[in-house]
Amino acid sequence: MTGISAIPPGLPLLLGALLLPLFGPRVRAILALGLPLLTLALAWQVADGTILRIPFLDYELEPVAGDRLSRLFGTIFAIAAFAGALFALNRARVIELAAGLACAGSAIGVTFAGDLITLVVFWEALALASTLVVWSAMTDQSYHASMRYILIHLLGGVLLMTGIIGHVADTGSVTFTTMALDSPAHWLILAGFLVNAGAPPLSAWLPDAYPEASPTGMVFLSAFTTKIAVYVLLRGFPGTEILIYLGLYMIFYGIVYALLENDMRRILAYSIVNQVGFMICGIGIGTEISMNGAASHAFTHIIYKALLLMSAGSVLYMTGKRKCTDLGGLFHSMPLTTTCAIIGALSISAFPLTSGFISKSMISQAAAGEHLALVWFLLTAGSAGVFLHAGVKFPWFVFFQKDSGLRPPDPPLNMRMAMIFFAFLCLAIGIWPAPLYDILPFPVDYVPYTRTHVVEMLQLLLFSGLAFFIMLPYMKRTPTITLDWDWFYRRLGPGVSSMMTPVINYWHTYTRIGFLRHLGTLLGTLFLYHGPQGILARTWATGSMVLWVVILLGLYLLAYYY
Amino acid sequence: MLSAHLPALQVVVPLVSAPVCLLLRNPRHAWAFALAVSWVTLAVAINLAVQVHASGTASYALGAWAVPWGIEYRVDMASVLMILIITTIGAIVMPYSWRSIGHEIDKKHLQLFYTCYLLFLTGLLGIVVTGDAFNLFVFLEISSLSSYVLISLGSGRRALTAALQYLVMGTIGATFILIGIGLLYMMTGTLNMADLSQRLPVNADSRTIRVAFAFVTVGVSIKLALFPLHLWLPNAYTYAPSVVSAFIAATATKTGIYILLRFFFTVFGISFSFEAMHVGEILMLLASAAILITSLVAVFQDNVKRMLAYSSIGHIGYIILGIGLATTAGVTAGMVHLFNHAIIKGSLFLAMGCIFLRLGSVELSDMHGIARQMPWTMAAFVTGGLSLIGIPLTAGFISKWYLVNAVLNVGYWPLAVLILVSSLLGLIYIWRVVETAYFQMPGYKIRKLSEAPAALLVPTWLLIGTNLYFGVNAGLVTGIAGQGAAVLIGQGVP
Repeated sequence: MTGISAIPPGLPLLLGALLLPLFGPRVRAILALGLPLLTLALAWQVADGTILRIPFLDYELEPVAGDRLSRLFGTIFAIAAFAGALFALNRARVIELAAGLACAGSAIGVTFAGDLITLVVFWEALALASTLVVWSAMTDQSYHASMRYILIHLLGGVLLMTGIIGHVADTGSVTFTTMALDSPAHWLILAGFLVNAGAPPLSAWLPDAYPEASPTGMVFLSAFTTKIAVYVLLRGFPGTEILIYLGLYMIFYGIVYALLENDMRRILAYSIVNQVGFMICGIGIGTEISMNGAASHAFTHIIYKALLLMSAGSVLYMTGKRKCTDLGGLFHSMPLTTTCAIIGALSISAFPLTSGFISKSMISQAAAGEHLALVWFLLTAGSAGVFLHAGVKFPWFVFFQKDSGLRPPDPPLNMRMAMIFFAFLCLAIGIWPAPLYDILPFPVDYVPYTRTHVVEMLQLLLFSGLAFFIMLPYMKRTPTITLDWDWFYRRLGPGVSSMMTPVINYWHTYTRIGFLRHLGTLLGTLFLYHGPQGILARTWATGSMVLWVVILLGLYLLAYYY
Repeated sequence: MLSAHLPALQVVVPLVSAPVCLLLRNPRHAWAFALAVSWVTLAVAINLAVQVHASGTASYALGAWAVPWGIEYRVDMASVLMILIITTIGAIVMPYSWRSIGHEIDKKHLQLFYTCYLLFLTGLLGIVVTGDAFNLFVFLEISSLSSYVLISLGSGRRALTAALQYLVMGTIGATFILIGIGLLYMMTGTLNMADLSQRLPVNADSRTIRVAFAFVTVGVSIKLALFPLHLWLPNAYTYAPSVVSAFIAATATKTGIYILLRFFFTVFGISFSFEAMHVGEILMLLASAAILITSLVAVFQDNVKRMLAYSSIGHIGYIILGIGLATTAGVTAGMVHLFNHAIIKGSLFLAMGCIFLRLGSVELSDMHGIARQMPWTMAAFVTGGLSLIGIPLTAGFISKWYLVNAVLNVGYWPLAVLILVSSLLGLIYIWRVVETAYFQMPGYKIRKLSEAPAALLVPTWLLIGTNLYFGVNAGLVTGIAGQGAAVLIGQGVP
């Protein structure tokens, strides 16, 4: 009730982001680094329960409401904002830095929103801010990507909004509580949430937009939009069975496309979809351990994905190249970046003693505990796939492989510090998971480092690593041409992928072209009738207008007279 | 003493001022005078609102003639909402008008403009205040005739044809209303609305009354531009001077909707209108068509004022949709949007007026990159646009919330989806402007432009400010609208 804890923790960041462009570089640096820390402090001020109530219409808004889950996500968002700002400091455009902080502020606003209206306000702010981050790369591609990005997200926002109004009409309450899929309103809310998570059928916005952001911008983007969806799903729809299958789909969608991709940051973008798939699957299982797993996996994923993107961003920043085939051999001159990338890659692969290990295994464990044999099997196969595309492929092609001849130095100091900070966190959490386990939403009695867990994981990783290097000779033959669909089935030879690729390729082109053609026809028809010269829009002769009056009056009279 | 005469003052002040304004030779004096009158009417309106809120419906017998025989001015909460809309928009638009209208029309027409403006104001206020059906027709004619003149003052020759078309259509509408009133008079022998509602149930099942109902409905539908009788509106809004577009868009069709409310709920009564005549279903059907079709049309427009005009027809559809539900929640939603749409569309047209002043055009193809030269104007447009779409923290959000809520209360899911789809379309047409103004490279012509003067920006932002204020603190509007709806619905029950 008292002053300081009634400040919505996201507010200082949002306001600071608005004011940021007004200051000079020095104040800006202080603000960009100080505000996330202030937010972190504020987030931990928020006690359990609703702290602030504001009457609005016939309802009561709860802009500040805390519990363990909110604090967990508030903490990681603040940390991500701090590291992101450190990485971007003095390198990014001011507008990008401001937008990145605004992303963090609105995401934190969502985590402490106790009611659905506050949630929607911050939700839309996040969509707007993240669009600006994409846009501020200031290239033609980023401009078009940002347009597509905002359209998808506003669509999601409208779905969400309609669902919320329906929910309020049904229940008379705006409080954000657990929902079951028992009404159209709740389906709409779920759909709105899932758009942000990058769930099918709209997964493509993520790998489409993120890699077009600047090297620094993508670090911001990776942290908030999808993870805020994980947060609201954890709170709103735990144990919703459909989420298990959506999650599994996302896991394999991410793997297949990442394996086919050549752009290093797009590989990592696909891998975001893949990792969020694990979390969503965990939410769908809905037991305490799987929820803990999903929440902690979101926490650790933000850190190691940001770390991976920082290393990829450093490479892009120093070399200006983004395709795997143009890079290679960078470990000679960028030892620190290489080390950090490897730590991130090991974490995402859930290698023991890294942060990924102590979080992801909880989800698999939950599937096993619930006797969901198929789910457990697919999750395990998915883990192997992660190691293939993110754990080995990314660092191998960028930093080792053949020597591209590039000899860029490690990036500037602030970028190095941000990477070291997150690499340290990856290892620290992996070696000493107790502090993280202590702040999870449910009490943890899971022990990650048992012999079976470790042996099982190592086996999995070693064998998939082996598979990668066995196939390596095939991959090595094409150092100069762009990795593309046709290359894949011409060169890689027989195997699962060669059977898959034409199918995916065909499906991809067919649906895409078919979709575009139908869209074209639809727009053409609409334009024919609604365009400036269309019958519905052109200027009518007065006589025709009067004709309508006569028709309408006639109909009324006919209806009423008899 | 004076407070007892407030209902009369509300109309008499602008009425008497109009000829005085014509006598002032100096245009600047005419403007200052009209400005003063606008502010006085706003002050009267606020006092009247407070009075009605405190002591209930105010009834005023004009010339002290006893009520069923003499003309009665009757102000309830529904009227109060309308009075506030009209006078607020008037008071904000007037300071704006000097620079804007001075730029767009001939100097020698300026007094004429301000005189017509005052007459228009008189007409609208009269319609809202009067409790007499024939008196309503008279004020309708005053407002219509003056609005034809105001539109015809627009620069460009198409303003004349637009005004002429509006004149023909408006006259037909007014005639239909008059025929309806005449038939009612024939059956009941009274013109006082309250009296009519008392006597009508006795005659309710006669064909004459049904025909009267049909004529009034169609007549008013023309005035409020209900699809498919909206065809006069796009040209009228597009080619009128900027100030006139803003003022008419915010008030004229709204007053039409008020007439509809009065006749359906007060005169004919809710059970006759909505149960016997099934007008609710018809209205909802036409409103749905309006919402969808005009939003689509708006997406393809190149002229921004024209786009806003089509969007207005769609938003009138929202209001009518709420009214067509004939529930307290529905009518409340309609009336809330009545107010909110007035301030949204008013501010958007004012922003376009700023652009027209500097650029001399509101075609999208001329506006590439204009946000760099006119950041405040475009920021106002974007904020107003967000409100039009219904983004939280804006007035438009409150409207949409109430409307979707009212629709879902009676379980019409498809209509909720319709509102959703059309707000997406709204997003697209506002986005087209944003994209052109912010993301295109400015041409040579644009680069020479400077920001609009404060005389235009301040009123524009004032109206934008009300948008944001009523988006956060909507209690005042929803309170008045709720009470107005309760009065209207309650009156219908015998």
